[in-house]
Amino acid sequence: MYCDECKKRPATVYVTKLIDGQKYEGHLCAQCASKNQNLGANFHPSFAIPNFLAALFNLNSEVEQAIVDEQQNLVCNNCGLSFDKVTELGRLGCSECYSQFNDKLDPLLRRIHGSSRHLGKVPLRRGGSIRLRKQVDSLRLKMQQLISTEEFEEAAKVRDEIRYLEQELGG
Amino acid sequence: MGIDDIITKNISGWMVGDAPCSDIVISSRIRLARNIEGFPFPVALTEDKAQEVLDSVRGAVSKITTDSEEYSFIKMTEVSPLERFVLVEKHLISPQHAEDPTGKGIAINQDQVMSVMVNEEDHLRIQCILPGLNFDEAWTKASATDDALENSLDIAFGEKIGYLTACPTNVGTGLRASAMLHLPALVMTNQINKVLGVLPQLGLAVRGMYGEGSEAYGNLFQISNQVTLGKTEDDILANLSAVTKQIVEKENEARKALLSQATEQLEDRVWRAIGILKNARLITGQEALALLSNVRIGLDLGILKHIPSELFNELLVITSPAHLQYFTGHEMLPIERDKVRAETIRSRLG
Repeated sequence: MYCDECKKRPATVYVTKLIDGQKYEGHLCAQCASKNQNLGANFHPSFAIPNFLAALFNLNSEVEQAIVDEQQNLVCNNCGLSFDKVTELGRLGCSECYSQFNDKLDPLLRRIHGSSRHLGKVPLRRGGSIRLRKQVDSLRLKMQQLISTEEFEEAAKVRDEIRYLEQELGG
Repeated sequence: MGIDDIITKNISGWMVGDAPCSDIVISSRIRLARNIEGFPFPVALTEDKAQEVLDSVRGAVSKITTDSEEYSFIKMTEVSPLERFVLVEKHLISPQHAEDPTGKGIAINQDQVMSVMVNEEDHLRIQCILPGLNFDEAWTKASATDDALENSLDIAFGEKIGYLTACPTNVGTGLRASAMLHLPALVMTNQINKVLGVLPQLGLAVRGMYGEGSEAYGNLFQISNQVTLGKTEDDILANLSAVTKQIVEKENEARKALLSQATEQLEDRVWRAIGILKNARLITGQEALALLSNVRIGLDLGILKHIPSELFNELLVITSPAHLQYFTGHEMLPIERDKVRAETIRSRLG
């Protein structure tokens, strides 16, 4: 194999290069490798995120594709953006789009993030009840653990706490 | 504090101060994407609605009392194109935010550590940028500003997928954290690709800070988290911090190796760099970055003395095109800029 750069000397060095998280590989001779850390100075393709997203939106199983075809004509009744347009822009039009295009977005989010469930911060002022519900969930888990280790007194305390929080939520 | 004060203040908060690992980690940045309920995202926003968003954010910002920080609020249309790019070079706004000013705004606090971009890709982009490796403090500050703004703004949030953002790559926490790293020894020892090549597998993205990661661009690299959903903010930041520390360790090992095995070559590079910077009459931005990088490693390793290390960060910024033109008071051709850049560096290095 000859060097990718000078195309004269045999390639002895294997080079990998990362551009914007993308991996490029090449084979260089020792001279070209030491002369140039770049793997071909004019090889810098740029990738815009929306293009990637458009591709991801359209990467579906047949079943998913059926839903997509149905949704392609969907229009968000809050901002008026069609799903077609969303795909083209790689951006959603408003916060309502998330619930309107939910069936389509869920698999996309899993593809991007490996998950479609938020575990982080909850807004302080408006997330009050959400935070309480999350707290109840984690207390239930704690109660189960306490029961399984036969710490019934502690479990009872946690149960009371859950009841109190549930009353707050109900009220 | 008006736009002039913000711009003429050479030093932004992220450029100075004793901070952990600040010899290698130039800055730690946190950015939170938030949107206001009821308004379409900026991509679908009419000019009138954009104005409404600007006004409500201006109102919300004026009520912020945390850290008794006073914010200056500026509409981008009230700022000249040159001034907008000065703000980009100070890392206070993104290039996209500077390009089209219509309906856009920026709030900046006194020490220029916190900024809030209004109507960029999302209604709000809350940013905190601190020197050194310091994600904990950056997160605390950014989150406090987030809370303060949420007090008077209805932030779009879904119970299942968290903070709702214009781009699905930001949804969930809306958190993008990044560290700017100066890694000359890993580049000089040809280890950089090996070290940075592992990062995508750890869920992190890497890019050259100025240009695409070749030595010619100052050996500055930025690493950031890719995933924003399904993890807590603490987990995202702990992962990024841990990896950053690993890279710092590798860079330190490479520096030690250079110092012991290639002492003369290293010293030669450093002294040549300072020689050129102190004497050049014309210098391009790219050459300046490369030489400043060599001076910086010389300072870090004690080869050079009596130059404050903050000068490196400051020179990085003030020798950028928009800064040079702003302080000269007029637009310049590249060749004129090269001259003024060389003069600026000479006067700073004494």
